[in-house]
Amino acid sequence: MNRHLISAADLSRDDALLILDTADELARVSDRSIKKLPTLRGRTVVNLFFEDSTRTRISFEAAAKRLSADVINFSAKGSSVSKGESLKDTALTLQAMGADAVVIRHGASGAPHRLASWVDGSIVNAGDGTHEHPTQALLDAFTMRRRLSTLEGRRVTIVGDVLHSRVARSNVLLLRTLGAEVTLVAPPTLLPVTVESWPCEVSYDLDSVLPKSDVVMMLRVQTERMNAAFFPSAREYSRRYGLDRDRLAKMPEEAIVMHPGPMNRGMEIAADVADSARSTIVEQVANGVTIRMAVLYLLLGGETL
Amino acid sequence: MTDARTHTRAVLEGPDINRALTRIAHEIIERTKGAGDIVLLGIPTRGTPLAYRLGERIAQFEGIKVPVGSLDITMYRDDLRLRPARPLGRTEVPPDGIDDRTVVLVDDVLFSGRTVRAALDALGDVGRPRAVQLATLVDRGHRELPIRADYVGKNLPTAKSEQVKVYLEETDGREAVVLIKGAGQ
Repeated sequence: MNRHLISAADLSRDDALLILDTADELARVSDRSIKKLPTLRGRTVVNLFFEDSTRTRISFEAAAKRLSADVINFSAKGSSVSKGESLKDTALTLQAMGADAVVIRHGASGAPHRLASWVDGSIVNAGDGTHEHPTQALLDAFTMRRRLSTLEGRRVTIVGDVLHSRVARSNVLLLRTLGAEVTLVAPPTLLPVTVESWPCEVSYDLDSVLPKSDVVMMLRVQTERMNAAFFPSAREYSRRYGLDRDRLAKMPEEAIVMHPGPMNRGMEIAADVADSARSTIVEQVANGVTIRMAVLYLLLGGETL
Repeated sequence: MTDARTHTRAVLEGPDINRALTRIAHEIIERTKGAGDIVLLGIPTRGTPLAYRLGERIAQFEGIKVPVGSLDITMYRDDLRLRPARPLGRTEVPPDGIDDRTVVLVDDVLFSGRTVRAALDALGDVGRPRAVQLATLVDRGHRELPIRADYVGKNLPTAKSEQVKVYLEETDGREAVVLIKGAGQ
């Protein structure tokens, strides 16, 4: 495996399966009364968050702590960054403190890649701009595999704001590697221009795709980025691309509903669908800790180069 | 199977392994006064099938069903940083747990004792057994820690440079214990 996890495209099929298999074993640790392993004792993991994020940050923090690593949280607000420090100077500070791994979330696509050239530790991308969010894709794949037993040949439909979504891009790349067939469904205004070069199908009609889906993943409508009239109104978006009970009924019996969170209930997903037994939304959160433990173990657990 | 630098010799064949396990099963029953409150935990990879085989034999001889499971020790090793991160084995603790029971750890080869030390640490995170014992198919000596086995299939004097390899039907499709000379570390 690579020393960093920056893009889902860096993972070979064997790497991805090793991470999923490791997570399968680690999931059993969460069922024990003592949920801690001594493996990363004496290693330091820095959470470097330039964008607000609750679930991803605490998920990484919980994962590192369960492996006995020391965790330092660094958020841009109220730190030297708000005083104008550059990413490079922040990186050099972390380097001087001896960080073995840096988990970074940044508003600019490519920031983790730049960081990797400045520090010695492993870099884990926890979301960069509209580029990638590989651990989210891994936890989604892990959740699918646990529910559907295999990803080979499964049909996954990703619905919503693909244009601004790092989750969609990472998922398309990883699911392809693992042998699933991905279809993106979105209004044309919310698809990136390069989507034709992605290894997936594209559709504008959710109702025709639903009966052929094993997994339907709803993306959050990022209201903070909806400033350029991407669709006429929230109601119209919800009517054409929202997942409600009637649409759920069109999906095959075994098909599951996913959402990376945080959800806009009533917008892209109806409340009763989000709470139904076929929704994996809460499982995804629990699996997030497990998959991040697997990633940290595989990056830091062995000899460091 | 001989070439210029390495020399391989079978130390135990299939029937020898069976006889050794049968004897260990009898010894466990004797030492634990009927094996009534024991749990067998195999250390992956090859300790696990050995633990299940011992469980079957004890069931056969005593007519009781002994809980059997496995205990992966990878995350507790003291040499993790000497090699790239390795894949994990399966930990499967029987549903009734190990609290207040006698745990018999089962491994294929006892060598430095470091695996067993890691297993004792791992055990402490799973529960609190009343006592812990150790069964091993082969004891090849060269201990680096104050650890000994309670049940031994075969004591095998070896040189430190030699390698002992156990093959089992469940994991390797054949049964043998072989000694590889001159393989180096």
